[in-house]
Amino acid sequence: MAHEYAAFDYIPPPGLTGQEPRHPVAIIGAGPVGLALAIDLAQRGIGSVVLDDNNVVSTGSRAICWAKRTLEIFDRLGVGARMLDKGVTWQVGRQFHGAEPVYSFDLLPEPGHRYPAFVNLQQYYVEHYLVERARDFPELIDLRFLNQVVGHTQHDDHVTLTVSTPDGRYDLEAGWLIACDGAKSPTRTRMGLSFEGETFDEHFLIVDVEMTESPFGKEDTPERWFWFDPPFHQGQSALLHKQPDNIYRIDLQLGPESDPEKEAREENVIPRIKAIVGDAPFRLDWMSVYRFRCARLARFVHDRVIFAGDSAHVVSPFGARGGNGGIQDIDNLGWKLAAVITGEAPRKLIGSYDDERGFGADENILHSARATNFMTPKTAVEALFRNAVLRLARDHTFARKLINSGRLSRPCVLDRSPLQTQAQAPHPVGAALTDAPLLGPDGKTWLLGELPLGFSLLHVSDNPIGDSGGLPCIGVGHRAEYPCFEDSEGLMSKRYGSGMTYLVRPDGHVAAAFEDATDKEIARALARAKGENP
Amino acid sequence: MKVSDRLGNAGDDIYAALLKAHEGLDDAESHKLNACLVLLLANEVAEPERLKALFAEARRMAGA
Repeated sequence: MAHEYAAFDYIPPPGLTGQEPRHPVAIIGAGPVGLALAIDLAQRGIGSVVLDDNNVVSTGSRAICWAKRTLEIFDRLGVGARMLDKGVTWQVGRQFHGAEPVYSFDLLPEPGHRYPAFVNLQQYYVEHYLVERARDFPELIDLRFLNQVVGHTQHDDHVTLTVSTPDGRYDLEAGWLIACDGAKSPTRTRMGLSFEGETFDEHFLIVDVEMTESPFGKEDTPERWFWFDPPFHQGQSALLHKQPDNIYRIDLQLGPESDPEKEAREENVIPRIKAIVGDAPFRLDWMSVYRFRCARLARFVHDRVIFAGDSAHVVSPFGARGGNGGIQDIDNLGWKLAAVITGEAPRKLIGSYDDERGFGADENILHSARATNFMTPKTAVEALFRNAVLRLARDHTFARKLINSGRLSRPCVLDRSPLQTQAQAPHPVGAALTDAPLLGPDGKTWLLGELPLGFSLLHVSDNPIGDSGGLPCIGVGHRAEYPCFEDSEGLMSKRYGSGMTYLVRPDGHVAAAFEDATDKEIARALARAKGENP
Repeated sequence: MKVSDRLGNAGDDIYAALLKAHEGLDDAESHKLNACLVLLLANEVAEPERLKALFAEARRMAGA
């Protein structure tokens, strides 16, 4: 069945009839990134108004591959379990050269994590879940559909926005403006900011088909299948994914010379799909012909206007680094913005969002550009090496690992950020906490589900912590007055060592690690993590 | 022949650097670069029997 796109209600905003009180935060764009930010802020007690020029969720499946780290963030925001229930879980990527499998990789080869390597779920479901979750905070999240921001002006302590609605225009004041308005960001255009990077000439056809007979064969084991030069689409590449509701995503490389308009016509798409699925009946659900860029803004923070998600950086789809990168932006920005608004941290903490997520964007662009270059050799010598790799890969492991059909999104390790206090530890400083099963008073639980909202300490030891410096603490392997858990499967000590204390940021990244923590050391690391260092 | 994976996690970096070395060259120049590179790498390996085996393996791959 085709997805039903029910429209969200437009409610005439109060600003049309009188001046509204200043909003702490205005978010442009009710996509996954904007909605995730509104929810993150609301959970920290910060109100926001979300302005979207449309009134339906995304048309077509668009972002479908949600990585483990993203699911863990979505779990904290209250929609992770729903996504896991509905989505298609997978962890193996299989690569073919012609009809022959040449190399497969397993993205989560070990047990002991609540969330899988990846869940495939259409973006429209994710947006639906996020809108419903946002409605749990009626006092803090003001969702406004058919509210198009057409102008903004920055002042010392706020931003003024001009908003266009079906009932006319109004002005709105907000302490901060977060532009989550996508790859073609009108905010970015309005500010005249250059969006620099590399454009790839290749056209790709992206098609969702609904079919009951699985193209993954009888077992229908959902994996990521990628072909170089497949028999059904010679000389090009192809990618296959499974989504819920018997929908399969097919990406086909078309070459730089193809005519996008012609290629998107149903009569031309159907034979291409038939070449893959044979006589199995299918229904075209959605399709699009696209080219892509790898580009980013030089800076994501412009005084009181901050860019997040595709408005700040775009990548090729091979690697699932677009949507997942955007959600990691929000994970990084939400607590910092909340801490600056409440005065718990100095304003310059916002600058660290630029540093940390700029680093993340560069990493995503690097991997995504390399994968694209491998898939679509631009010169004869690039093609020569690519084909040599594929040939060598039949017999040699080293060459198999050079095959690059996309290096899939991994959590960003912020080990070089000045917010972290460097230390050698079993769990690296700067990395997001690795999940592990725990046994608590209420039975089996997961480490990441037990983290408090703000800064906290994770103390993995036989003995209670001496002094937690006033921070909330989670204990593993001992008993104390703070919440304590048993290392029921031994994975905590394996992943975190024993006799270790970790200072955990509100986004779950490790800010510091100690063997024998003193309250002074903890306080110093905490101040640094809040951007209070000179 | 047996060739162990010695590139580890550096594979993508090295591959990208190799293609960058070729950037802007025409086919004849690239061909020359490859020849120089093979000789330089042969000097790095510096074991005649090992190199002869690698040359044979490369020839087998190219012919297949």
